[in-house]
Formats: sequence, structure tokens, C-alpha cells
Amino acid sequence: MAFLEIANIQKRFALTTAVERVDLEVTRGEFVSFLGPSGCGKSTTLRIIAGFETPSAGAIRLDGVDITRRPPNQRHVGMVFQSYALFPNMTIAQNVGFGLKVAKKPAAEIARRVEEMLTLIKLPALGQRYPYQLSGGQQQRVALARALAIQPQVLLLDEPLSALDAKIRVALRNEIRSIQRKLDITTIYVTHDQEEALSLSDRIVVMNEGRVEQIGTPFEIYNAPATPFVAAFVGTLSILRGHVADPARGALVIDGQEVVAARGLEGARAGDACAVALRPEVVSLEGAAEDGNRMQGTVEDVNFLGSIVRVRVRFTDNTISLDTFNNPRLSPPQRGQPATVHFSRNAVLVLEAPTAG
Amino acid sequence: MTRGRLISWLLLLFGVLYFFVPLLGTLEFSLRYLRGRYSLTAYQIVLNDPRFLATIGYSTTLALATIAVGVVLVVPTAYWIQLRLPRLRPVVEFITLLPLVIPAIVFVFGYLRLYNSSSFLPLTGSERATDLLLTCSYVTLALPYMYRAVDTGLRAIDVRTLTEAAQSLGAAWSTILLRVILPNVRVAVLSGAFLTFAIVIGEFTMASLLNRPAFGPYLQNIGANRAYEPAALAIISFAITWASIGLIQVLGRGAPGQTVAR
Amino acid sequence: MAEATRLPIAPSPAAPSWLGQLSWAWVGVVPFFVFALMFLIVPTALLMVGGFQDAQGHLTLRNLADLFQPTILSSYVISIKVSAASAIGGALIGFALAYAAIAGGLPAFVRPALMTFSGVASNFAGVPLAFAFLATLGRAGLATALLNRWGIDIYRGGFNLLSFWGLTLTYMYFQIPLMVLILAPAIDGLKREWREASANLGASGWEYWRYIVLPILWPPLLGATLLLFANAFGAVATAYALTGSSLNIVTIVLYAQIRGDVLHNQNLGYALALGMILITGLSNGAYIWLRGRSERWLR
Repeated sequence: MAFLEIANIQKRFALTTAVERVDLEVTRGEFVSFLGPSGCGKSTTLRIIAGFETPSAGAIRLDGVDITRRPPNQRHVGMVFQSYALFPNMTIAQNVGFGLKVAKKPAAEIARRVEEMLTLIKLPALGQRYPYQLSGGQQQRVALARALAIQPQVLLLDEPLSALDAKIRVALRNEIRSIQRKLDITTIYVTHDQEEALSLSDRIVVMNEGRVEQIGTPFEIYNAPATPFVAAFVGTLSILRGHVADPARGALVIDGQEVVAARGLEGARAGDACAVALRPEVVSLEGAAEDGNRMQGTVEDVNFLGSIVRVRVRFTDNTISLDTFNNPRLSPPQRGQPATVHFSRNAVLVLEAPTAG
Repeated sequence: MTRGRLISWLLLLFGVLYFFVPLLGTLEFSLRYLRGRYSLTAYQIVLNDPRFLATIGYSTTLALATIAVGVVLVVPTAYWIQLRLPRLRPVVEFITLLPLVIPAIVFVFGYLRLYNSSSFLPLTGSERATDLLLTCSYVTLALPYMYRAVDTGLRAIDVRTLTEAAQSLGAAWSTILLRVILPNVRVAVLSGAFLTFAIVIGEFTMASLLNRPAFGPYLQNIGANRAYEPAALAIISFAITWASIGLIQVLGRGAPGQTVAR
Repeated sequence: MAEATRLPIAPSPAAPSWLGQLSWAWVGVVPFFVFALMFLIVPTALLMVGGFQDAQGHLTLRNLADLFQPTILSSYVISIKVSAASAIGGALIGFALAYAAIAGGLPAFVRPALMTFSGVASNFAGVPLAFAFLATLGRAGLATALLNRWGIDIYRGGFNLLSFWGLTLTYMYFQIPLMVLILAPAIDGLKREWREASANLGASGWEYWRYIVLPILWPPLLGATLLLFANAFGAVATAYALTGSSLNIVTIVLYAQIRGDVLHNQNLGYALALGMILITGLSNGAYIWLRGRSERWLR
């Protein structure tokens, strides 16, 4: 039974369509991310749930109740903004307690709840400070506390970490997730950072240009991308372009070398242009199984990223990126040295490509 | 439509009425010279009045002089303050704020006391000298706007780097100011100039107390004696103001970081 | 002030050796400071000192005391009343207009149009403005006639353009746009997210205003009102052209005094000017102080 139902939501403006169509059912306590590039419609969808935009069509149902037409101050959802949006004229305690004050709760209860929230976000001593006296990370935690103080049914976060430094981002996102788990609150999280989405979510909704490209768990999105966009947007990918050699066998020719996929290429004819994609972790420089793929090339670039070493190997026109773990006893390959890359047939992701004209 | 938006529209309607009804009223009044039908007779009378041309000419000349003096005073000052004397900035800004705080009538009162025929610098002694005094009065009035416009313009271009580049190529200070800095703040200077023009053309108090034949006192004189011509003059005056300020907005859109102060 | 320059300065032509260490910058700003002394500082200072002197040049507080004689005191009172009325009226209407255009949900073209028009209208003061209102709300004016046609005779009802309220109404024509221009940056500072966050937390529109907008905006609002007050207090051309000498505001009295020493006491004239400077100076000072207070929140 879906707790939050987003049914056929569409949003059209005069000249553009922001959201073509979104259907999603969220169970209670689930953490769902909306992932996509700028302008893909994820923030608009979130704002429709919050009530700041009215959809052109479709409905939002919360715990069975249709809230599509309700004004935003009657929806009882908590929102965390990218720019924190703390009220500058109020102390931290007053900010966190604002929702309760507006709901006319007694002062003692407000004080108690505020203290509870400040402890939850691990900032118990900062109640009397003003927002401008806090760092960005602290302000965002206060914003989270403020949204949670009213005990909302759903928590909405609009790119909450985009304005923060990289180190703080990682620490804070883990804190957000642990608070969310502790309170078991249904959460919708909007981000353009795929690492955030992958590490935090129970499920991800990948969006592009107003359309939903795929809905699935992080594992599914990463390993079984449904469309070329999802494959390219989530994680890094090497894309190799060549021609179909033998559709029945699933064989292609890329830069004069044969590559075989796990299945036959339906609907393709010999000579058609084709593109395949490979994740960097499935490609390696060491020898593999007998019926695996093998390609000869030259090492073009080596990026030492710390625990990962990313090597780019060039064939004729195509390049392939592969990741190996750092081995302190083995120095990485040198630029210019010849290399053989290995990958299994199952690792080959066939992308739709236009047939040769 | 939400209630908030309805209120906004109503307010806008009220604003539009409050501002356009007087203009329409003036326009309508100015067309009423001939009983019974609308005509441009009032305008014809005004435009053919030799005093109209004389006073507009006088005020325009003075406006140009004011702009020239203003530019000569303000541009180098703003330049040096930004480049070498940042500690003097608060002093200069306070000075440019004085004309906004102290009313014009007080200034001209001071001038009449300080520079009258029996003082060390008898600027009211002759007509030419009084013209000079009036020009300086106008420079005082225009100073805040002129300085703010030029200062903003200088901030938008990187004054320090431009100067150093010019110096390394062997330019003397006068060359730097005239050939490098001034052309780059042209838009800011023009904005200040048009605002000064609008201020000078419409100014009454100083010209009247210094007894000079400017446009402002002429306007007031016509208003005291005639019925329909004042309305025509008001329309003409508004058109001039509108053209001046409108040009500033148009200019301002082209240049880096320009906004009209005030 | 010896700021070391790291670059070779092109040798200036024929600089006398005693100029030596003197930086060209100081020379460059001399004309400005000379002008400021001659036309800004000294004249004002002279007036202020003159207010404390008698005809023989001795220091006295007599003039200041004389400011409180009935005619002069009443002129100050009328000035203060007109300035306050037009300032408060201009502030309220200007604020409402600016808020409606910037944050009130109106189409995007409204704001730049309002700003442009305010830029022009705030400079449309003085004699032409008086004419415009005479032509509109004078006895033969367009609006008067229209209202008559609809059965409302404003003059019979007691309205008179050449009066306190007429002058206030006329002043508001440039006070309202001035308010719009001054307040626009402050209203811009109200982030949209604050409104959304407050709604999200359950606040109504009215509660948003009460708990967030007004606490944040009252310093700039009050400051701008004070600025409008000072602006109206120092105006003379509009009043002269509209009400002549019939409405005895301070600037008109000063004007007459400069023209013909109607007070029969030069130094009283200086005291009059001194009083004006004090009032406008205090208002502007308060405005600057309030503006500084609000900047912290509206960053």
C-alpha cells in the first residue's frame, strides 16, 4: 500500500514542458531520490509535492488523501531547501520552533521539542545563535531540524548539499540518512549528484528533460541501465562505436577488432553502426576467461585517484577507461606502453544506435 | 487568482492612476487654450516666446558647463581614490552626501553670504561671475549622482590593471586619464551627465535667488501670470526629464554593471 | 602616505624637486577638495556659526531662542507636518507598490517598468509638478471636472489644492517613486525561499508578514521614511509655485528672508538655516544608521 502516491503528474508552462509525466508509489519509510541533470524536472516535481506549484494534470495522494489542491501550508510535509532558507531575524531555537509556534503549541512543548531536535542534529548548544553565525553545514542541519520539528508525514529535500564543500557533503549526507532511518520518515531527495543518490537511496528515479528514464534500486540502475541516458549519467562509462559483423552471434567490429556480446543483436543487419558501453570496473589488464573479449591498444593516460587507478587505453578511434585498485607493490602502467584489455561478454552493454545511412 | 495577486493588481492600478492622471490632466489642460475645442495654441505661444528660447538656452549652456566641471572634478578624484587613496574614501563619500542632506536653499544662502559684493571673492559682483557661482551651485547639486555613477563605472572596469598596463607601456598620468580611463567610463559619465542635465533644467531655487534668467524662474513666472501656458510648459518639461532619464536607462543596459543611483 | 609602487612611473614633465615624495594622487584630488571647501563646507559652516552670533559678531544663544517665537515656530511645525504626512503617505503607498511589483506575483515586465518610471517621476518635482497638480486638481482641473460630472464636488466638500493637504498630495508624487527606488533592494533581499519555508511550516500569509517580513523590513522602512521626511523638509520650489507664501513652511520663510530680510534680523535667518540643517541632518543620520542595521540580515 503506497504511502505517497504520485499519479500521472504533468507540468506544462506556456512554452516548455517541465514535467512530461511522473508515476511513482512510495512506501512508508522509504528513501527515494530523484536524480538527473539541471532542468530535468526533478525540482519541479518536488515543488508540486510540496504545493509550491500546481500540476497541469495528475494527483498527489498522501496516506490515501488527495492533497493535490491543498495550499502548501496545510500539507504537513517538511521541506529542506538548497539555500537553507533559515529566517535571519530569528535565533536557531526560534527557527526550529517556528512551525510549532504557528501551530499554536504551548511554549513548554515547543521548548522541549526544539531541544530534542537540536540534540538529534548534534548542535545542542547553538540555540541562541543567529543563522549568520553558523557555517553552511550547521545551517543545513538546523534547516533539517526545523523541517522535522513539526513531525511531517513526508520529508522533502531539494539538493540540500549542493551549496556545501565536498568533505562536509559526505559527512552530512550520512547523517541525514541515519536520522531518516531513526525516525523512519518517508523521504524524497532531489539531487544531480549520482554518488549521493546511489549511496543514500532505497530507490532512484532517474529523470531527463521532464521524463522518467528509469525507476529502480541503486544496484539495478547502475548494473542494468534501461536507456542510454541512464547508462551514461550514472557512473562512468566507456562508449565504443563500431559496426555489426554478425548479428546472430552478437559480434561487432570495433576499430578492426572483434567484440562479442552476451546475446545476439536482434533487428540489426551486418554493416549497421552500433555502440556498446562498458563500466570501468569490468575491464581489466589481466588475462581472463577463454571466451572473453580481448582488445589490443596503447595506454593513453593514467589517473592516480588514490585507492583507484584509472587507465585510459586507446585503440584506433575509440578509447576505453578501466579502473584497478591501487597496489602499493606494483607501479601503474606507463603512458605509451602497449596494453591488452579483457572483459567478459556479459559486461558488454549494447546501446541503441542509429543504423548506418 | 489568489487573493494576494488580486491585491497586487489593485495596487498597480492605483499606482498607474495616481501617476498618469496628473499627466493626462496637464495635457488636457494645455490643449484648452481656445474655448470650445482642443488646440496646440498654448504650445505655439510658448515656443514662440523669445523668453522661452532664451531661458532654455541659458539653462542648457549652464547644464553643459556643470557637466564639464563635474567631470573634471569627479573623474580624477574617483580614480585616485580607488587606485591610491582608499583611506580617503569615507571622507569623499561624506562630502558627496552633503548635498543630499543639506537643502539647496541653505547652500545658496551660504553662497550669498560668503561671496557677496563685500566679501573677499565677490562672485555676485558681475553677471558673468554670478553665472560662475550658479554653475558651481549646480555642480554641488549634481555631485552625489555624478560621483556615484562614475565610482560605480570605475569599479566595473579593473582600474588598477588598466593603469599598470598603461604605465608599463610608458604613458604619463594625463594620458592614462584621458586616453585609457575616461573612454572606459564613458557610459557612467554619460549617465551622470544626463541626470545633471535633468536636474539643472528644472532647478528653480538657486537660479531664482541668484537672479539669473534660467528656465526654472521663467517657468514660475509664467505660472504666476498665465493660465494655460504653464500646463504646456509642464508637459514640455516632463518630456525633457523623461528623455534625459530614459536615455540613462537605455545607456545603462549596455555597460558593465551600470545602474542609475537613486 | 608612501605606498610603494612596484612599477616604474613614467617621469612626469618638469616636476619641481621639492614635490619629491608627494604622490600624484594627492595632487589629483586637490581640485575636488578645494571645491568642496569653497562650495560645500565653508558656506554651511559659516551659516551654522552665524546662527550663534548677533549683529556685532558676539556669540549668543538669542537667535536659537527666537526660533521659538510663534510665527517661526509655527512655520517649523507646518513644515514638519507636511513633511511627515507626505513621508508616511509616500512610504506606505511606495512600499505597497514596490512589494506588489517585486514580490507580489505580477508579470515580469511590471518591475522594470515601475523602476524606470520611478526614476523619472522622482525627478519630476518643483514648478512643473505644481502646474501639473493645478491642472488636474485645481478648481478648473481635469480630475475636479470629472468628479463633478460624477456628482462629487470636492471643493464644496472642503478640499483645496492650495492648502496643507493639497501640498502633501503634490509632494507624494515624487515621494512615492523615491520610496520605491530606495526600498527595492531591501525587498529584493527577501528571499523567495523564506516565504516558501514559512508556508511549508504551516504559516499563513499574514503570519509570514508578522513574523518574518516586518521584523526584517522595519529598519529599511523606517529609514526610508526618514529620508523622505528630510527630502520633503528641504523642498521649496514646489511649494512656492503651488501655494506661494500662503502656506508658511520654513523653506518659504527662508526664501523670503534671503530675498528681502523679512525677519529684520540677519542672524535669525542663519538660525533658521541652522535649524533646518539640524533636522535634515538628524533624519539622514538616522536613515544611515538604520540602513547599516538591516544590511546584516539582508545580505
